[in-house]
Amino acid sequence: MKKKRLWLSALTMLVLLFAGQAMAQDDAGGAQEAVQQVVDRPPAAVTALASDDAPNDAGKALIVTFERSADDGEGENDVATYEIYRGDSLITTIKPSDVLERTITYSDNSPLIENGVVYKYRVVTVDSAGNRSEARADGAMATGQWFHTGRVNMLISVILISAFILFFIRKAQSGAEIYLRPVAGLKAFDEAVGRATEMGKPVLYVPGIMDLDQVETVAGIIILGYVSKMTARYETELEVPVSRSLVMSNAREVCKASYLSEGRPELFKDDMVHYLTDDQFAYAAGVDGIMLRKKPAACFYQGKFYAESLILAETGNSIGAIQIAGTASPTQLPFFITACDYTLIGEEFFAASAYLSQDPKLVGSLKGQDWGKAMIMLIIIVGTIVETLNALGIVPFTMIHLLEAG
Amino acid sequence: MFWKTQIPVFIVFVVGMLTLLQWFIPHAPLNQIQVHMTQWFDIIAVFAIVLGGLNLLKLQFAKITSRQHDWQYALVTIVGFFVMLIFGFTKMGVEDEAVRLGSHLQREGSNFHWMFFNVFTPLSSTMFALLAFFVASASYRAFRIRNAEATLLLVAGIILMLGRVPIGHILTAWAPPYLQLPAIQEWIYSVPNLAGARAIMIGIGLGMVATSLRFILGIEKSFLGGDE
Repeated sequence: MKKKRLWLSALTMLVLLFAGQAMAQDDAGGAQEAVQQVVDRPPAAVTALASDDAPNDAGKALIVTFERSADDGEGENDVATYEIYRGDSLITTIKPSDVLERTITYSDNSPLIENGVVYKYRVVTVDSAGNRSEARADGAMATGQWFHTGRVNMLISVILISAFILFFIRKAQSGAEIYLRPVAGLKAFDEAVGRATEMGKPVLYVPGIMDLDQVETVAGIIILGYVSKMTARYETELEVPVSRSLVMSNAREVCKASYLSEGRPELFKDDMVHYLTDDQFAYAAGVDGIMLRKKPAACFYQGKFYAESLILAETGNSIGAIQIAGTASPTQLPFFITACDYTLIGEEFFAASAYLSQDPKLVGSLKGQDWGKAMIMLIIIVGTIVETLNALGIVPFTMIHLLEAG
Repeated sequence: MFWKTQIPVFIVFVVGMLTLLQWFIPHAPLNQIQVHMTQWFDIIAVFAIVLGGLNLLKLQFAKITSRQHDWQYALVTIVGFFVMLIFGFTKMGVEDEAVRLGSHLQREGSNFHWMFFNVFTPLSSTMFALLAFFVASASYRAFRIRNAEATLLLVAGIILMLGRVPIGHILTAWAPPYLQLPAIQEWIYSVPNLAGARAIMIGIGLGMVATSLRFILGIEKSFLGGDE
């Protein structure tokens, strides 16, 4: 009997042991499942999702903005992508690493977007386990704007500078004397053409390598008008190789008018303005060839230039020609300053026609331009002071704040 | 007068104002103005190339017939002109018949492509390479000590050149960081140099605005060929 009890006790203990083990295993499985449930929870949806019309455009574009998911960069930090849908169509996928900011902005410029139609966007956040959560935005409609609000400051500047220019043109026309500071390069025009006349050698005029859609080319052609008047007056040979056909036609008309106005139409020949090539370095080679063969006594480079500027100016220097350059290409100015006798720098180049003609309307416009420059200088000085005070903590605003408030 | 001055001035005014307005008004149809204007300009320029080509041929033929100095170069120009013209308008060298005329220009194996990359490009590169020698000769002249400005240029140039190579750092490694050549060259480059460059840029910008305004308002008409 005692032996039987002992067996029963042992069996009961074994059963209890197995049961306990099984229960422990169940508990562990339950805990694991619980952990699994935490890991596999869907990511937090994006917040502050909004769609709106893209500003300052002709329409046909919408902007979607949203704050990153709470599980992106923090929380579970397992967001793999953000999928942006327009209606039911997936339009783009953004990875969290593609954007630095917390707020993500996407511009939808699809050609499918029409003005006046409401489009609804939704953003699906997908985590690394493939779990998804969605946020929806209110509908937005694309429209075109009639004014670019980002260019208000530019509009004000254009209006002010135009007002200055028109005011001083009116003033100059009324007979007021306007002082122009002497520009050595412009004074040398006569000297250069005179030298060529005395030496019996031609004058070479290069109006840049660009076409008439560049304001510098047109400015170069205007100066050609004055140079050709001088060559007509002094009966000096003029050679104008050009790299654009339209420039050739225009330059011919200008030279013809100059020779007519000087009463020497018989000296004008169409071929004094001639075409070489559109290619930059082939043109430089052609002009260099003309220089080495004809040895002009005066070389003018007035217009838009690129790398060929120094090739031309150094060749001109090697033949001993007096050289006057003028350009608004900042990168070519050092080359011209180094290799030429005189250089019209930037605004001097554009002011040449006013200086040379002394026409009150043109001279007045120069004065207006100077006032524009004074206005910009004032803004720069005020800006420097404000930014310095802001950096020192004396004032709480910056120049950008002031301009935006304005 | 009416056709040669007033009509062109009117066209310049209208086109200039439209181009100016489209900068501030993004709405259709103004937003397309610049695109259309550029296309129109390209179309006109393409037709005008015929004038340029004919002018080039006329002058080169005249050089040959009158046996002008170095007339042989004119012969090279004319031969080059016609060879490229023929290769450009025919599909010579292209074996694939399906290749369309025009796209053959960029087709490897076409005679035009071969000439472009084996004759024209090396010649252009040769001209460009000349720049290296011209820069050296121009720098030599600019750096000669003739006056205070040239001396300043020389000193700034030397500091800039030395400050950008390791030897510049080695030479002044003993000095405080702000007196070392790399730091001085950086200051010269980003302070006085940048200030000067920006001043020139502002002047250029204003000059362009004023010149454009003179064109648009018809104050400057001499570029039209009439006597202003």
